[in-house]
Amino acid sequence: MPDLSRLDPLKPVLPWLLLALGLVAPFALSAYDLNLLARFMAMGILALGLVLIWGHGGILSLGQGVFFGLGGYAIALHMKLADLPSGEIPDFMVWSGRDSLPFWWIPFSSPAFTIAAILIVPTLVGALFSWAVFHRRVGGTYFALITQALALAFSTLIISRQDVTGGFNGLTDFYSVFGFGLSSPGTGSGLYWVTLVVLCIAFVALRWLLASRFGILLRAARDGENRVRFLGYSPTPFKVVAFAIAAMLAGIGGALFTLHAGVVSPALIGVVPSIEMVVWVAIGGRYSLAGAIVGALLVNLARDAVSSAFPELWLYLMGVLFIFVVTLLPRGLAGLVQGKAA
Amino acid sequence: MSGSAVSDLLLSVDGVTIDYSGFKALDNFSMTLNRGETRVVIGPNGAGKSTLCDTIIGRVRPSQGRVLFKGEEIQRLPEQQIVARGICRKFQAPGVLPTLSVRDNLGLAARKDRRWWKSFGAGIPADEKRAVEEALESVGLTHRAGVEAGTLAHGEKQWLEIAMVMATGAELLLLDEPTAGMGPAETSRTAQLILGLGDSRTVLVIDHDMSFVEQLAAPVTVMHQGKFLKQGSIAEVRADAEVAAVYLGHTA
Ligand SMILES: Nc1ncnc2c1ncn2[C@@H]1O[C@H](COP(=O)(O)OP(=O)(O)O)[C@@H](O)[C@H]1O
Ligand SMILES: [Mg+2]
Repeated sequence: MPDLSRLDPLKPVLPWLLLALGLVAPFALSAYDLNLLARFMAMGILALGLVLIWGHGGILSLGQGVFFGLGGYAIALHMKLADLPSGEIPDFMVWSGRDSLPFWWIPFSSPAFTIAAILIVPTLVGALFSWAVFHRRVGGTYFALITQALALAFSTLIISRQDVTGGFNGLTDFYSVFGFGLSSPGTGSGLYWVTLVVLCIAFVALRWLLASRFGILLRAARDGENRVRFLGYSPTPFKVVAFAIAAMLAGIGGALFTLHAGVVSPALIGVVPSIEMVVWVAIGGRYSLAGAIVGALLVNLARDAVSSAFPELWLYLMGVLFIFVVTLLPRGLAGLVQGKAA
Repeated sequence: MSGSAVSDLLLSVDGVTIDYSGFKALDNFSMTLNRGETRVVIGPNGAGKSTLCDTIIGRVRPSQGRVLFKGEEIQRLPEQQIVARGICRKFQAPGVLPTLSVRDNLGLAARKDRRWWKSFGAGIPADEKRAVEEALESVGLTHRAGVEAGTLAHGEKQWLEIAMVMATGAELLLLDEPTAGMGPAETSRTAQLILGLGDSRTVLVIDHDMSFVEQLAAPVTVMHQGKFLKQGSIAEVRADAEVAAVYLGHTA
């Protein structure tokens, strides 16, 4: 395959174009639309992680919602506690008949602990989970199925423990974060800027990682895991580290999303949303970081437009879109830009 | 050859049996290789030649017998540890990494420090860079260094893989049918490549092509149905009635 990408003028400028749009948006959009864009950008952070593991590592995860949820619930616990008059417990706990906080809620009243938890818990869970599977040399479709089972188990667990998780309704009604009132317009645009900065950092860091020897080895293991072994490498740690990084990005995305959306619930992190996450990246282009961001933005924009008018239609439309892309555009929209559809 | 002083012994396959649910691909097979030696293994299709390589490199595990490399048992070690001790193998089907550039393929092979936490960076030590350029040169792929390995012609892939195996710096090279699919000119060049290694490496070559085997001018081990059949010079093996019967028996 000749390297057409160098001939194409759009590929190198696409990230800069996206950045320019991101910088202009706060001055061009209403507060409502800016909030919507910020949510989609938070999802874009998760999508970057899927490019790392799925596009370059060949590891399909249908369970990214779990890590998204871990980050989202961590910040939600903090906000629930921050808004509470001292000595009280969240109202849903009272309704469920509890009279005290569960012990694992307590440390989340500390902002430092919460930020550490957002960064560390999804990463650690991702690392341990993927190690347990990969070191037994389980991969491919089996791995995808196991991640889906994980997503199902996680959302089921949250729903079943209503008294400490908020159950099916999730956690909502947040008023402030780290001392900033969420209803003030300044906080909204401040959070937008934070999201944009995090997205840019994640983009640059992954670009570097994918170009490094680590990235080369990850692609090598995707193309021929055994070949890599017979060259003297153990592929497992490379895959585990990639998966942990993707989990971390999903967790950060989940926390930011929860801040923008003002809610986190099982409906946002279960099996179906986890599959949707893969669809964003399939459509945008799973080998391309910029493509994945575009995919997350476009698909969610379309979802917002379609599902407000025809709520039942969305899932079907997404399925059709997915099949269309997988069969005709394996490199997604980014493949079109790079002049190689196949 | 200098007798068989213990210090010369590099590899010894000792009474190995590989059992595929009742079918013995290797049946109490033994052979030894000395340091610096080049050895050719021949035998009819299905004789167990590839399985012998699989066993040495740890892809299959013997139900009986041992594999000793530098005097230590390796038949239970994970593949990457066997490679780390200095054995590398070229597979029968070309096993280059298709979406990596030719240079990156060789870079992975030449890399000395293969631990994952040393992989965060793009810098390549000068000696590894040199090894990569030399390897490119030796198989005439310098002008193709930037292309994706998957786009190479079949013969070029074979050479790339041979170059990768050499670039690992392994002491023992296992080359499984390195000239498969090559024309006479390419085959000669491959023979020159192997001869050019001199005494610095120990090489086990599996091949069918008798002109190639003649060019290597190395001792030949003949296998049949997973068992050792004969060993000697090419002339001796050619003149052997038993060997002829085995080959005829299979072609008839
Ligand atoms: N994974 C396997 N399962 C069952 N039989 C196998 C397997 N691999 C090889 N064999 C059998 O073992 C025998 C030896 O194979 P091989 O070592 O590939 O022969 P060759 O000398 O042609 O390289 C053949 O009869 C082959 O069918
Ligand atoms: Mg064979």
